[in-house]
This record gives sequence, C-alpha cells and structure tokens, in this order.
Amino acid sequence: MSGAEMTPGRFLRSVLAIFLKDWRSELRTRYAISALLMFVITTIAIILFSLGSEGAPADALSGMLWVVIFFGAMSGLSRTFVMEEERGTTLTLQLLAPASAVYFGKLLFNLVLVLGLNAVTVLLYAGFIAGFVIRNVPVFLITVLLGSLGFAAAATVIAAIIARANTRGTLYPVLSFPIMLPLLLTVINATRLASEGAFFQEAAGEFQILVSYIVVVVAISYMLFEYIWKD
Amino acid sequence: MAVKILLGVLLTGVVVLGFGLPMSPAPQSWYELPVIPGLEEKARIIFFHVPTAWLSVVAFLTSMLFAIQYLRKREPIDDIRSSAAAGLGFMFCILATLTGAVWAKFNWGSYWNWDPRETSIFVLLLIYGAYFSLRSAVEVEEKRATLASVYSIIAAVTVPFFIFIMPRIMTGLHPGARGDPEGAGPVIEFKMSPNMRVIFFSSLIAFTLLFYWMFTLRVRAARLEAHHQSGD
Repeated sequence: MSGAEMTPGRFLRSVLAIFLKDWRSELRTRYAISALLMFVITTIAIILFSLGSEGAPADALSGMLWVVIFFGAMSGLSRTFVMEEERGTTLTLQLLAPASAVYFGKLLFNLVLVLGLNAVTVLLYAGFIAGFVIRNVPVFLITVLLGSLGFAAAATVIAAIIARANTRGTLYPVLSFPIMLPLLLTVINATRLASEGAFFQEAAGEFQILVSYIVVVVAISYMLFEYIWKD
Repeated sequence: MAVKILLGVLLTGVVVLGFGLPMSPAPQSWYELPVIPGLEEKARIIFFHVPTAWLSVVAFLTSMLFAIQYLRKREPIDDIRSSAAAGLGFMFCILATLTGAVWAKFNWGSYWNWDPRETSIFVLLLIYGAYFSLRSAVEVEEKRATLASVYSIIAAVTVPFFIFIMPRIMTGLHPGARGDPEGAGPVIEFKMSPNMRVIFFSSLIAFTLLFYWMFTLRVRAARLEAHHQSGD
C-alpha cells in the first residue's frame, strides 16, 4: 500500500484534498447544507407551534435542543459517503488515497457541517424559544463545541457503514442512536447545568466524559475504517 | 455430553432450591434462607434474573471477540459464531428485561422506572436490535459479516461510558445501588447469607454452561445450513 511510505506532510495534504473535494462538490449542489438548514427551521417551527403560548420547563427545553441537533445531523451527515456510492466514485477514491486519509477528510467535512448546523440551531433556538435561557455561556459554548466534535466522530463512521450497506437513510438513526446515547445524555446534562448557571467546576466531569468519548470513537473508527472502506 | 449432564443437575438444583427453600427471619439451619427486609419472597428472583442479565453481557462480549477474530482471519465461521452469540444475547436480554419489569411492578410499584440498570439494558436491547437490522439489510455475505463485526466492536467500545454517566444523572433503585438506604455495594457481600451465595453462584455457573451449550448448538445448526445452501 502507498500508505506505508506516506510522510506526515503528504498524509495531511491528502486529508485536506479530500476535504476540499467534498467541500467544492457540496457548494456546487448545496444538498447537505440546504437539507440541514431546512430541517432545523422546520423542527424549531414545529416545537414553537406545539408549545403555543405556554412555556416548557428549562430541563425539557435543554433536552429538546439536542433532539433537534440529533435528527438534524441524521438528515445530512450520511451524504458524504452515500454520495461516493451513488456516483460510483468509491473505487477511484480507494485507489487514489489511503483509507485513513479518506476517513479524516470526511471527518473534517462532517465536523464543519455539524459546527455550522449547531451554530444555526443554537441561534434560532435561543432566539425563538423564550424559556430557553443560558446562565453560564462559556460552559454552554464548550458543551456545544465538544458535542459537535462527538457528533461528527460518531456520525462519520456510522455513515461509512450505512453507505456500504446500501440502505441509505432508514438505518442511519437506528444504528447511530445506541452509539451516540452516552454523548447525548452527557451534552443534555451539561446544557441543563449551563442553563442553571452552574460553575465550570460542576460541569468539568461532563467535559471529561465528552473528551474521552471523542478520543475513543475517533481512535476506534481510525482502526476499523479500513475494513469498512476496502472491498 | 458431560456438559449436558452437569448443566441438567445444576439447573435442576438451582430451580428446586431457589424456589423451594423456606425463608425465615432468623435462619437456624443450613436450608433456611434469611428474610431480607424490603425484598422478602421477592428476593428469590436474584437466582434467575441476575444470571440472565449476566448472560446477555457475556454473549455481547463473546460476539465482540469473534467479531475481532473475523476481521483478523476472515473465516466465515467466526461471523457465524459472532452472530450466534449475539442472537442468544438478544434473547437473554429480553428475558432479563421482562423478568426485571415484572419484579419492579411488585417491588417498586411500576414496570419501568429508568433506573441506571434498566437504562443500560435498554441500550443493550437497542444495540442488539440495530445489529440485526444491519445484518438483514446487507445481502452479500462477506460484506454483511464485515460491517456487522465493525458495528459490534464500535458498540462494545462505547457501552462502558454508561458506567461513568449513569451515576451523574440518576440514583439507582436496584438493591445495592447508590441511594439504597441499607448501603451501597455488591448485593452478594452484605445481603446474601452463605447458602444463598452457593445457590447464586451455582446458578451463574449453570447459566454460563447453558449459554455454552446453546451457543455450540446454534453454531452447528448455522454451519449445516450454510453447507446445505452451498451444496445445492
């Protein structure tokens, strides 16, 4: 394999090249971006309609934010791998780049998408849902940042699996939910702490769990990706 | 054959003794089980419910180990083993959930309370469900085996996080969990008398043998089926 003689510099360049390739083709069609954006707007509108003039407890609202983000992520993040299968470009990519470079390139692309998705969701959510108040903003921002990293990490490897399974959308949330549940429970808890105005020290345990989750998921995905990717 | 006889003897013994031995508030002789306050006759479930839950975890780990083995050696038999273990694990997981839910109705007043262990077994059920949905979605055998193996390894790696997350979110209702007025710790150490421990550990051994026996049966059946299909 050409992966053996790869220097770190060449490896980083091919990661970046794959990221840029996906980014350019995304900008051409804007499929994932528009899907994500419309999903977030529709879901927040549904929440607003169903709440009506009544508020909901802060606990429920901080949980609901992550429900929107979870299903938003599920609607757009499988795109990067499914697209390769649909266009029949998987084989070319297998020949051109080592599997790990493909993995990190796609991870980077999904990370950018999730960060964008989360920024838009949080802004809309905080702007339109009156009962959602964050009393400790730094804790909340760290939660969203680490949450995005975790979502991108777990979503990327599951997306690779479902793209190879040729099942498209239906299985994606089914396979992702048990893997993401530790992440979801932790970010929901951290968001609740942030909305209650807890100090950084109180949320530090949550952050430790998030960081170790990200490290573990990225490491295991990196180790297993070659088996998913190669025929 | 020896396994089958040992299994029969052990399981019969556990069932007869677990249900049959009388309970008394102040046990005098070897055959009387102590009454545990708050559990009373309902304590007998520990001889059957805990080993079932234990098996669903053993099966989960077995399935993961054979998944790793499959990815290393690419022998179809390892995938057969991995999915056979997962199938048994799924069954015992359902049994543990149902027996636990019925017991919870009588001890805690409702079938489901989202106690940490209930949440964990729910996650295990979801993982097994997802694993088999993935298997049924892929038709090419080799691809199915690879993808299922990868998924079961990823699932096994993320499950341990619940050990750290659960105590931060909720207190437990299970006997011996954090929040138990009688103190937290393994139930075997502070609530079980020596004779209960003998039955309990015999039951664990019996259930493990049961798993081993059913596992070899399933693997043999799956192998025959594979032979039969390729023969035609």
